[in-house]
Amino acid sequence: MTDLEIPPLLLQTPFHSRVSAACEMNLWEDWKGYTTPVAYSNVELEYFAMRNSASIFDITPMTKYRITGADGHAYLDRLVTRNLKNLDVGRVMYTAWCNDEGKVIDDGTIFHVNDDTFILCAQERHLDWMEWSALGFDVKIEDVTEEIAALSFQGPTSCAILKIMGLTGVENLKSFDLQHYPFGQTQLMVSRTGFTADLGYELWIEPDHAEALWDALMAAGRDYNVKPVGAEALQIARVEAGFIQAGVDFVPAEQEVRVERSRSPYELGLGWLVHLKKPNFNGQQALKEEKLKGSRFRFTRLDVQGNKPAENSFIFNRQNKVVGVVTSAAWVPTAKRNVAFASLEMPWGKPGNELWAEIYYLRELKWARVLEKCTVIEEPIFDPERRHATPALDY
Amino acid sequence: MTDSKHIDVVVVGAGHNGLVSAAYLAKSGLQVLVLEASDKVGGAAATSEFSEGFSVSECAHFLYSLHPTIVKDLQLANHGLFYVATDLKTVALSSEGKHITMAGSEIQGEDVSTEDISNYRRFHTQMKRFSKVLASSFTHRPPRLVDGDMKDKLSLLKLGWNARKMGRQNMLELLRIGAINIYDVLNENFDNQLLKGALSLEAVLGSHTGPRSPNTVLGLLYRRVGETYGFRGPTIPSGGMGNVSNAIASSATSLGAAIRTSSPVERILIRDGKVAGVKLSDGEVINCDRVISNADPKYTFSKLVGYPQLETGFSRRAANIRMKGNTAKLHLALEALPEFTGLNTNDIGNRLVIAPGPDYVENAFNHAKYGEFSEHPIMEISIPTVHDTSLAPTGKHVLSAVVQYAPHNLKQGWSEANEEFTALLLDLLESYAPGIKKLVIASELLTPADIESRFGTTAGHWHHGELALDQFLMLRPFPGMGQYAAPVKGLFLCGAGSHPGGNVMGLVGRNCANTLLEAGAASD
Repeated sequence: MTDLEIPPLLLQTPFHSRVSAACEMNLWEDWKGYTTPVAYSNVELEYFAMRNSASIFDITPMTKYRITGADGHAYLDRLVTRNLKNLDVGRVMYTAWCNDEGKVIDDGTIFHVNDDTFILCAQERHLDWMEWSALGFDVKIEDVTEEIAALSFQGPTSCAILKIMGLTGVENLKSFDLQHYPFGQTQLMVSRTGFTADLGYELWIEPDHAEALWDALMAAGRDYNVKPVGAEALQIARVEAGFIQAGVDFVPAEQEVRVERSRSPYELGLGWLVHLKKPNFNGQQALKEEKLKGSRFRFTRLDVQGNKPAENSFIFNRQNKVVGVVTSAAWVPTAKRNVAFASLEMPWGKPGNELWAEIYYLRELKWARVLEKCTVIEEPIFDPERRHATPALDY
Repeated sequence: MTDSKHIDVVVVGAGHNGLVSAAYLAKSGLQVLVLEASDKVGGAAATSEFSEGFSVSECAHFLYSLHPTIVKDLQLANHGLFYVATDLKTVALSSEGKHITMAGSEIQGEDVSTEDISNYRRFHTQMKRFSKVLASSFTHRPPRLVDGDMKDKLSLLKLGWNARKMGRQNMLELLRIGAINIYDVLNENFDNQLLKGALSLEAVLGSHTGPRSPNTVLGLLYRRVGETYGFRGPTIPSGGMGNVSNAIASSATSLGAAIRTSSPVERILIRDGKVAGVKLSDGEVINCDRVISNADPKYTFSKLVGYPQLETGFSRRAANIRMKGNTAKLHLALEALPEFTGLNTNDIGNRLVIAPGPDYVENAFNHAKYGEFSEHPIMEISIPTVHDTSLAPTGKHVLSAVVQYAPHNLKQGWSEANEEFTALLLDLLESYAPGIKKLVIASELLTPADIESRFGTTAGHWHHGELALDQFLMLRPFPGMGQYAAPVKGLFLCGAGSHPGGNVMGLVGRNCANTLLEAGAASD
């Protein structure tokens, strides 16, 4: 008799019982080893819940590293491109980090939880890089991805719902603030952060209390039509927000196989995250050089004519020469625009450049191709006042 | 006390390469200050008294590849460099006394077949030819493969051309054997066990490899490079290896360099990504915008610079240099000249080798893989007092032996095992030279742990990093650090960890000095 138990191929997040109960579509995908929903019921309804009321998105599979030790702050400052000197306890910072060649390994957020504890949250797993970076520093790095359950709770009514849930004073959190609240027998960490460019929070809790948190949010948000949302709805929102994603809009540097496929922060529109005057950080020399010599690519957000998403399109210039490709594209309903993120060869992608997207689309078993004119978008696509307003208002 | 005099370059460490660098830079008119941690110059090329009245070359004990250009440029003969014995033969010892003797391309011995004799002549010529190709790349900085300039492309082309110029057959043979193990190549060529054992030892000396490890043929070629420089066998300098260093130091001083011993550097100071000076362990700060480190790359980057001052990928490569010291040094003070079974007294001053077969050597290495010392070690023996009586009281002698394998990371730790291993080595010697144990007045065993603490080399590795293809030429000490200049502006490496590598050759020091001078000229 064999009693061999085969472990499941994919992990389930601590919210799985609730997620699977709500997931009417039964549409799942593998996200960093976890089974996660692509959509729950209807992508449009999910998207509009995110923009008009409140949405729950399970972000447990995001990579979470806990950094402790006397040199934690110095360690992170050397790791990332942004100057972390002013990252006080109770604050969060968005940044990118590079390899020696100045190419982006990942972007993400760093939470200064308490005196000598930081949490780095990102898309990709790169513990080896974190460990190698620790040479010569008194730090301890732990992968706490499985130890922290997390929800992204986004939308205009998110603050109101959290208040109903009993998080007194949560409206006073500024963007990129973080705060702990008692929750049952445990602590709930709340940060005013997100991936939607809207008013919203991310909630961090011990896995044992995950289901209780989900239930509390659903109960408090019942009158607000709070909805769990899947990856597809979030994809529309993040393109609308103008946020890039590792593995989609760029190849994480340490995963690059072919030469020159990765991108520097300047080539991803993240130049504002690079503080070249810091004493020493990974990629500094290469980035200084790039700043002098110029970049190879420009990351551009394009407004594409028509309503067909320019997914994976080639971008042509007026001379009919390919000058780049689209990395993400979506029709974004709130801004009512057909947006595409494109990585273009220099010098293309400047405002005023005449560019064309080659779009293939399928209509009832017939493929068609159109060339649509593109305009470089300079201003934020979606940036409501409520995103940063403090105290956050009820809607 | 801080010298108010302006200093252009500080050299950290007065190993022979550091001194060569200092001499060349001083010759070019730079103000150079050499700072040495110990109380004498030379690093691992030094002579020390290990017992009252008995002195010995501390680490390296034969000279066989000091570059002639350096000897000439620095006028070392005028500064006291003098050889008491040159072109020594190699005697592969057999415990039964049936030794074989190798001198240049000739081998002698009663059990050596005529086939082996003629094969060795051919093999010797072949190795010399291949070494010459290697040597052609040793006298200048190795080419950079990515983003190389014209000079890089030319030197790469030159290396390729030198290989091609040997003729198609020879080039193919070099490419065939260049990366494989010496064991197979020896078996292809020879029958005699002693011959194969002695050549195996030559190929693996100073490294963490056995004869069946990959690219040990390279180890042999590397040692044979000396033949291109006019050494037809090991050479013994008067006063031991320390006098080679003293001569270079004297030359450097006469050219204007200042040398301070007992001045350990604790830190290389860096400001805004550039060298700002050095800090000594007594707190003294010396300002300068260029520093050459003679310390090994790992020590330089982890201790003197500090990994946090560097970038992660670079630190990772530095931390991953393969350098596990596996070589110990035995010094014996002897009441009288020992007698080796069957060895003519006239031959005792030669290079004596205990490595009675390639399998013996490989088996000796097996232990080292698991943190144990060899039960039947291999030895390269020199009795320098045969040629140089100044090293010991009249009538008495000194025996110096390079011993393998003695891994740095010994399971039980070296403080426990030093005595035990010494006893084992004496027993081994006794089996080749009966009665030698009774002659021993004093002994000293420098294990890799001692070599690390005495000379500061990480893990006690003689060559500051394995000499293997993945750490050779432009890959030495590691990719991105192959041209002496570190990413920190003004920091250079001149130790054996850089191209071409270990042995008392002096070329790393010279190449590094040239690189610094070129860089200076380019940025001014």
